[in-house]
Amino acid sequence: MPATVTLAGLGKTFGMTAALTDVTATIGAGQITGLVGPDGAGKTTLLRLIAGLLAPDTGTLEILGHPTAERDAVRDEIGYMPQRFGLYEDLTVQENLNLQADLHDLDAATRRERFETLLQFTGLARFTGRLAGQLSGGMKQKLGLACALLPRPKLLLLDEPSAGVDPASRRELWRIVRTMAGTGVAIVWSTAYLDEAERCDSFLLLDGGRLLASGNPADFTHRMQGRTFLVGLPEQQRHRIQRIAASLPSVADATIQGRSLRLVLKEGSALPDLAELVGGDATAHPTRPRFEDAFVSLLQADQPPVPAPRVQEGMTRSADGIAIEARDLTRDFGTFRAVDRVSFSVKPGEILGLLGPNGAGKSTTFRMLCGLLSPSAGSAHVAGVDLGRARATARERIGYMSQKFSLYGNLSVRDNLDFFSGVYGLAGRRRSSRIAWTIESFDLAAVADLEAGSLPLGFKQRLALGCALLHEPQVLFLDEPTSGVDPLMRREFWSRIGGLAEGGVTVLVTSHFMEEAEYCDRLGIVYAGRMIASGSPDAMKQRFVTAELPEPTLEDAFVGLIREHDAERQGAAAA
Amino acid sequence: MISARTFFRRFGGLLRKEFVQIVRDPSSIAIALVMPVVLLLLIGFGISLDARNVRFGIVDENRSVESAGLFQAFANTPYFRPFSFLSSRAAEAALMRGDIEGFVVLRSDFSRRVTDPVRAADIAIVVNGVDANNARIVTGYAQGVVATWLLGHRRDRARPVLSPVTVENRYWFNPEIRSTNFIVPGLIAMVMTMIGALLTALVVAREWERGTMEAMLASPASMTEILLGKLVAYFVLGLGGLGVSVFIGLVVFEVPFRGSAEVLVGISSVFLIVSLAMGLLISTVARSQFVAAQLAFLVTFMPALILSGLMFDIESMPHWVQAVTTVFPARYFVSSLQTLFLAGTVWPVLLPNLAMLVGFAILFLALAIARTRRSLE
Amino acid sequence: MWRRIASLILKEFKMLWKDRKSRMVLVVPPLVQLVLFASAATFEVSDAALGLWIEDRAHPAQELVSRFEASPAFRVVARFDNPQAVQEALDSQKVKAVLHVGQSFSADVAAGRPARVQLLLDGRKSNAALILQSYALGIVESFNLARAGQAVAELNMHPRAWFNPNFDSRWFILPGLTVLLTITATLLITALSVARERELGTFEQLLVTPLQPMEILVGKTVPALCIGFVEANVIAVLACLTYGVPFVGSVVLFNVSIAIFVLSAVGIGLVISSVAKTQQQAILGVFLFLSPAMVLSGFTTPIANMPDWAQALTHLNPIRYMVTLSRGIFLQDLPWALAWPQLWPMALIGCVTLSYATWLFSRRLE
Repeated sequence: MPATVTLAGLGKTFGMTAALTDVTATIGAGQITGLVGPDGAGKTTLLRLIAGLLAPDTGTLEILGHPTAERDAVRDEIGYMPQRFGLYEDLTVQENLNLQADLHDLDAATRRERFETLLQFTGLARFTGRLAGQLSGGMKQKLGLACALLPRPKLLLLDEPSAGVDPASRRELWRIVRTMAGTGVAIVWSTAYLDEAERCDSFLLLDGGRLLASGNPADFTHRMQGRTFLVGLPEQQRHRIQRIAASLPSVADATIQGRSLRLVLKEGSALPDLAELVGGDATAHPTRPRFEDAFVSLLQADQPPVPAPRVQEGMTRSADGIAIEARDLTRDFGTFRAVDRVSFSVKPGEILGLLGPNGAGKSTTFRMLCGLLSPSAGSAHVAGVDLGRARATARERIGYMSQKFSLYGNLSVRDNLDFFSGVYGLAGRRRSSRIAWTIESFDLAAVADLEAGSLPLGFKQRLALGCALLHEPQVLFLDEPTSGVDPLMRREFWSRIGGLAEGGVTVLVTSHFMEEAEYCDRLGIVYAGRMIASGSPDAMKQRFVTAELPEPTLEDAFVGLIREHDAERQGAAAA
Repeated sequence: MISARTFFRRFGGLLRKEFVQIVRDPSSIAIALVMPVVLLLLIGFGISLDARNVRFGIVDENRSVESAGLFQAFANTPYFRPFSFLSSRAAEAALMRGDIEGFVVLRSDFSRRVTDPVRAADIAIVVNGVDANNARIVTGYAQGVVATWLLGHRRDRARPVLSPVTVENRYWFNPEIRSTNFIVPGLIAMVMTMIGALLTALVVAREWERGTMEAMLASPASMTEILLGKLVAYFVLGLGGLGVSVFIGLVVFEVPFRGSAEVLVGISSVFLIVSLAMGLLISTVARSQFVAAQLAFLVTFMPALILSGLMFDIESMPHWVQAVTTVFPARYFVSSLQTLFLAGTVWPVLLPNLAMLVGFAILFLALAIARTRRSLE
Repeated sequence: MWRRIASLILKEFKMLWKDRKSRMVLVVPPLVQLVLFASAATFEVSDAALGLWIEDRAHPAQELVSRFEASPAFRVVARFDNPQAVQEALDSQKVKAVLHVGQSFSADVAAGRPARVQLLLDGRKSNAALILQSYALGIVESFNLARAGQAVAELNMHPRAWFNPNFDSRWFILPGLTVLLTITATLLITALSVARERELGTFEQLLVTPLQPMEILVGKTVPALCIGFVEANVIAVLACLTYGVPFVGSVVLFNVSIAIFVLSAVGIGLVISSVAKTQQQAILGVFLFLSPAMVLSGFTTPIANMPDWAQALTHLNPIRYMVTLSRGIFLQDLPWALAWPQLWPMALIGCVTLSYATWLFSRRLE
């Protein structure tokens, strides 16, 4: 079958930055092609080029046999769903669909038929009268897809369609898209989730605007066969062991997976001495390689190894007893109960991960514990301080890193550090030494006087973390700290966090990435305002082991838990 | 070439979307309909360039029948509210304090001088010159009152009068010389400018922010169609605002309207397009809201107030400033409105203005479309 | 606490300075506006297009006409001989005024009868018309004087304009313009500052720090205060140097007034900023406040001319007080005793708005 889209030497530059360089690939009909890579890799740029929103600077781009110049001829054959879905929030579901139908010049009979099919397909038939802005994340996603599918395009471009949505909805979306592929549509699905890449028929791996790899995911992953192992870890010192392992010459990648250490060996290397590494009678079990393993080893080949971050151990004063405690935490917005009697506690030096889709109440809970929001009922204690009573004192002991870089972009790195150290009351020698420590530990010396906003994502992330740690907090709150970051940076980040935790800092983190959840000591799943489960990652996975699924992933566990919860509620309602 | 049916269906869909959004978003309606009302009422009633009830001091060192007569002359006019002072010093202090805006000094030999045909009477008029405009007007009025009184006085005395020549002023189009008649049309122009610029600047920025603009651009709709859709919808809204403003001008302020309604709608429509397109252009040029704010202010409000002929006479400005005013569309609209309301449909005035406005409309629209296309880059 | 506030203030300054765009925006528009408006805003009417409809050829008429021709206020552009032509010329604004001397003028003058000339003015521009009227009156007065002059002048009226002997309207406008430009810049900076932080997300980061709401407000107020201060002084200096406006009052009083004025402006800006959820809404708020406030401040039209209810409203407008003070200080050497009735209302407005902003702020944090 001739390719739907052919790219040759495609390049695009914005000002000084080369967003895409020399990309050559084909996208075939009836296939789901994954466009994979971290933020800033060029995924959106590539999609926009294909969609005709941008013109390429170099190279050629052919869609269904039509070059760029004849783009208008094929506009009806392309369906495009941008990030944030491209919906008009003030319009109802039906009105959004009507608009698309008008734009694509569908007559009354055609549109009626297609509306019916699509609404049923996506399960939105009951919600035609609802404003798009009032739909849940998953529903918005499906509506966006329905709008893109309306003209029955031959090419469907989806820009991070599953970002921020709960795993159950993500799977449903995948099911829909898979069906479309079955009818011969060529689909490009861009994502930062590497596990999604595994499920695609074909993939394009972008990093820094370049095409690192492409082809069949299975083949790509297969290269790593025989090089991936799981090693059991002792209770303590997990993070330290991981750090050491990562710096071994024979090891390409070492990550924590629940109670085990996942080792990926470099090509032609042998297992390191496990007794020395882990101690005792540790054994290595070979395990199935993942797409991410192949990605990481590829990235490692390109870049020099990042030096293991130095973590000053024992640098924080650890609190005794319980570091974070939430008791029956509740928050109402008018009549809507966003958080419903959530309770949990975190010990000092523990890493707790809050997982859950957008709108589940995870962020609201998080904000209540940071002191940004006051609870409607219940209490929160952080670092030994009752947030209801002494919020200001609590803040001095809390460090906060928000989701999207929220430091001052047009000030330099040093200015930002100066500001935050001053605001946290540091002065004199302590201030200058803390700033120096931050610059050194986070490798910011080279960029100290550059504008913070102009830095690449990895540096921004480091700066944000550094600012959060200036005042040596006892508790660290991290809100989706690694969203959009490439795997290497994510590993580096978690190394640091691990080191901090071992030094006694308590960490509360929220995330959408299941692999990230593996680094946590314990997890709390927040769904529909309730904490429906909590426990260690392994314990959760264990619950869902079946004959068909001997090695469930966290995502499987997540989806299973939600299903259980929904079934329970329906049962309770029926009773 | 696309068929007409396709075009209308697409365009119709876009228009429908815009109207639904307008109806569901109260801020657009507030800007287009509520703001003009508020501004017109506030400013229209607030400004008056007429001097009335000017507090004026009469320093009477003479205390005669004649000086009393002059005092009475001042009291009889609607322009002045005279206060009597016994000495110049008292009057000066009052002027300093701002209790009076000026005073007249009648010296002790006033009555003698007035009746004496040979020697002239010396009258000092002192006004507070800080507000030069007002001062000049007040001086003029005061001179007028004194001159008139003197004329009458001499005549009463049946003295041979070397009649001074007097000036009879007749105000064409605005016989009672109500400054409201002159200001309100200008205000309507100013309000229309603000509506146009604010509406579009806000609305387009919002589409970019929410990511819907991107989705639209990927569809078969062209940038021109998208922008035109917005323009038409907000044009209709703006016309609503115009209607409300004109209504207030006619009914509440009782400004006469002597021109033709069709021409009014026609010229206003063109101006509305100009200011809407200007708003679109601002929203594409200024990425940062901070800059956009200053730009919008600099380019719409201030010029509309000061360089459009609303307050200050353009022909009296230095030549280079006059040249600058030709760049601001508001100037042509203000002139047209003033003529339409007070004079009638005077084509020699309206036609050149209309031509300029049409030219501006085309220019801004083309620029807006060209720049927005490149904006995605 | 002071250290925290100091850090915040320093950061605000850096942000304003380092952003090239906002640096430009602070400097360029005020200058442009100053130059443009100082040049444009003139109440004088000069070179007014005058039409002549002279039905009388005798000597007195000619003399009167030649006086009009010689005056710098008028520029004779046309002569008419019938009313239709006059009508058309006025309609199409070819002339601003028409001087009509009737047939019997010279005869009346010679016989000592009351003589009249007519001045037809374009009422569409009533302000200009009023001014032209007083010019014309002046010309006729001097004609009267000259004619009777060899023997007797009937009446000598010596008008004197205090503080502004030349009736220079620039002296009137520029002190007021200083005030307007200062408040525009101050309001925009303040109103946008909080809204921008909220939009960028840095506001949340601030809220997690030990900073109290009051401290954040102080941190935002001080830079705006400094900038307003500098702006006012720079423009004042420019007004004096470039346009020759005198400054006879006390510099100390000027700066104290400016300080209180800017504080009240900052209070208003912060209230707008606390209410607005986005920068766009903040801009809208500033716009909506400034439009009526500027016009109803006594800047162009005297407050005394406004209807009573409008005058009452202006008491809530800090611009009103500052414009009065500014003019008083520039042109009148206003003593402190007379300045006080203008100062305390501004200070009151400042206190009220700042407290309200603080309260709103604390509530908004939720």
